[in-house]
Amino acid sequence: MTTTPDRARGGARNNPTERAVTRESAPPDAPARETVLTVEGLDVHAGSTRLLHDVTFSIQRGERVGLIGESGSGKSLTALAVMGLLAEGVTATGQVRLAGHDTELLGASERRMSQLRGDRMAMIFQEPMTALNPTMKVGRQVAEVLTQHRTADRRAAARRAVELLGQVGLPDPRAVARSYPHQLSGGQRQRVVAAIALANDPLLLVCDEPTTALDVTVQALVLDLIVRGVEDRDAAMLFITHDLAVVATVCERVLVMYGGRIVEAGPVTEVLGDPQHRYTQGLVAASDLERARTGPGRQPLDTIAGNVPPAGRFPDGCVFRNRCAFATEVCEQVPPWTPRGRHEAGEHASGYACFHPVGSETGE
Amino acid sequence: MLLRLARRFLVLLVSLAVASVLVFAFMQVLPGDPARVALGMNSSDEAVAQLREQFGLDRPLLVQYADWLGGVVTLDLGVEWVSKAPIAPQLVDRLAVTGWLVITAMVLALVIALPVGTWMAVRHRHADGVLLSAISQVGVAVPAFLAGIILITYFAKRWQWFPSGGWVPPAEDPVQFLLRLALPAISLALVQASMLARYVRSAVLEVLREDYLRTARAKGLRPMQALTRHGLRNAAVPIVTVLGLQLATLLIGAVVVERVFVIPGLGSFLLDSVAARELITVQTIVMVLVAAVLIINFLVDTVYLLIDPRLRVGHR
Ligand SMILES: Nc1ncnc2c1ncn2[C@@H]1O[C@H](COP(=O)(O)OP(=O)(O)OP(=O)(O)O)[C@@H](O)[C@H]1O
Ligand code: SF4
Ligand SMILES: [Mg+2]
Repeated sequence: MTTTPDRARGGARNNPTERAVTRESAPPDAPARETVLTVEGLDVHAGSTRLLHDVTFSIQRGERVGLIGESGSGKSLTALAVMGLLAEGVTATGQVRLAGHDTELLGASERRMSQLRGDRMAMIFQEPMTALNPTMKVGRQVAEVLTQHRTADRRAAARRAVELLGQVGLPDPRAVARSYPHQLSGGQRQRVVAAIALANDPLLLVCDEPTTALDVTVQALVLDLIVRGVEDRDAAMLFITHDLAVVATVCERVLVMYGGRIVEAGPVTEVLGDPQHRYTQGLVAASDLERARTGPGRQPLDTIAGNVPPAGRFPDGCVFRNRCAFATEVCEQVPPWTPRGRHEAGEHASGYACFHPVGSETGE
Repeated sequence: MLLRLARRFLVLLVSLAVASVLVFAFMQVLPGDPARVALGMNSSDEAVAQLREQFGLDRPLLVQYADWLGGVVTLDLGVEWVSKAPIAPQLVDRLAVTGWLVITAMVLALVIALPVGTWMAVRHRHADGVLLSAISQVGVAVPAFLAGIILITYFAKRWQWFPSGGWVPPAEDPVQFLLRLALPAISLALVQASMLARYVRSAVLEVLREDYLRTARAKGLRPMQALTRHGLRNAAVPIVTVLGLQLATLLIGAVVVERVFVIPGLGSFLLDSVAARELITVQTIVMVLVAAVLIINFLVDTVYLLIDPRLRVGHR
């Protein structure tokens, strides 16, 4: 095979982010959906260093929630804490609950978590080139997640693996099942990882920058198949990315993270179109796609002043105050959460934590 | 895959040929007339002349080389210069003895090192992992002959659980065979197991950091399941390299340990032949040792191909 199907199909279109997926958000007064994931007061520490603080959010059935923020803001840690896959020496406290399971997951045994992982909750990681075992055939790696959770016996699992590989858009799934990862392109490998994640119809799919490592032309195709897989299963999705345009097309709601805290949350149109928190404002300005794309001189973007401090070196009070042009004395206190509008998923679903939100200066 | 194997086999043949030339040449540049050296400095000129005549030592070197190599390849090795004992049967017997010793030691080392090394890696942040690691560090520093002497002192002399040396072929008396094999094999294995465990530890630590192990966990495999199903095969590549090297050093270690335990293996044969100044025998034994090392290397390369599909199958 000389060209990958990803490239062949991707080349026909041209803008990767816009064309990906368009969807209508839930009608405002739809009946309340079941809450699939609840995270409450999640703190994560490495030794005495606090990496996450008081992270609280929930995701409902069929809801796709984005998690954005600069590098080092704690997005991956949030995902790993939910999955119970934090590295040795990193500890989490707080509460994580999954629909249908009474036990709180942070305190659950490894045995219990293993039963949930890959079955009720699944994860797709950033780097497809290294996510698969190089010495095992792809088909077996997919089938394993079925046999592990006794969804199917060995033979049925092998058959089902081929079906799943077909469902994620891999041409000639039979041949793919028989190949080793190094025989596939990055896009194809990420499809395999998606097939593994979706195999047991999870309630929750966590994606940590699933397309960042892929060719621009392949990104949208892979995004599309992930979103379709999630939609077909009416699963909840937590979607981590740097790319605001991707959030806008994939997610209904978004969480903005900085310094290990969620600083703003809400429907994508509100948060990205009319940000309240000063950090979100900077983030949106720094990725002003319209201006970057269309401006005749391609004006440079406004970047957020300064750098993200290393873990544990964020200021107390508002974690953003050493980079914020609007900071005042009051910002030395931790800003309280201000709910914005009413959201069916509760007051943490939409709001911000800032003393001087965007627009507040005009009233003075 | 077959092409790679064929190429490596060719490399093996060429290396064997080169090695045979080097071994032969080395014996030629030793000072003195080999016939007189073999018979002793006080031997009569007639005796020396007769020996030269009988074994064709006057012929051109190239002819002697071809004759010797032909003998080695067909295992038609003739007789020793002085004792006139046939070489081939002795070589085969002693090779078998050393083979038992080395292979038992290697298997023993593997059986110890794989679980212990894995444990050291998995528990590297805990006291037991660190303690094991420290013990293995000490084990690496104890030479095999010293381990042998210590084992003899306690297990053979003081407590008399095992004979202190000698050899009984397995066909003759399996129990005595095992009793006599135990101590020398253990003294060889301890150092190798310590060394190997350290390599297993670092290979497993490496693999534990791999993304695909995290994927395996995300699929619902428990940590140990993920490691055994997805990690060990990948960790095996560096471990096999070390195994090949260790087999070679075991052969050398066996020379000394056979002395300590009075075992009639290849090592004793070599030392006896050197003492008796039987140059042709020495030359042949050295060639056998070198060939063993080269063949082990070839086998290691073959095992790589079996372990790592990236070397075996190309891109689609
Ligand atoms: N095991 C650990 N021990 C100590 N600090 C850690 C550990 N893992 C992560 N961190 C720190 O926690 C902070 C958040 O890390 P995290 O990986 O969640 O960032 P992220 O938002 O996913 O960034 P990126 O966009 O680069 O992936 C970083 O400063 C990181 O250095
Ligand atoms: S709370 Fe203060 S420092 Fe923090 S973002 Fe708002 S204005 Fe800036
Ligand atoms: Mg990350």
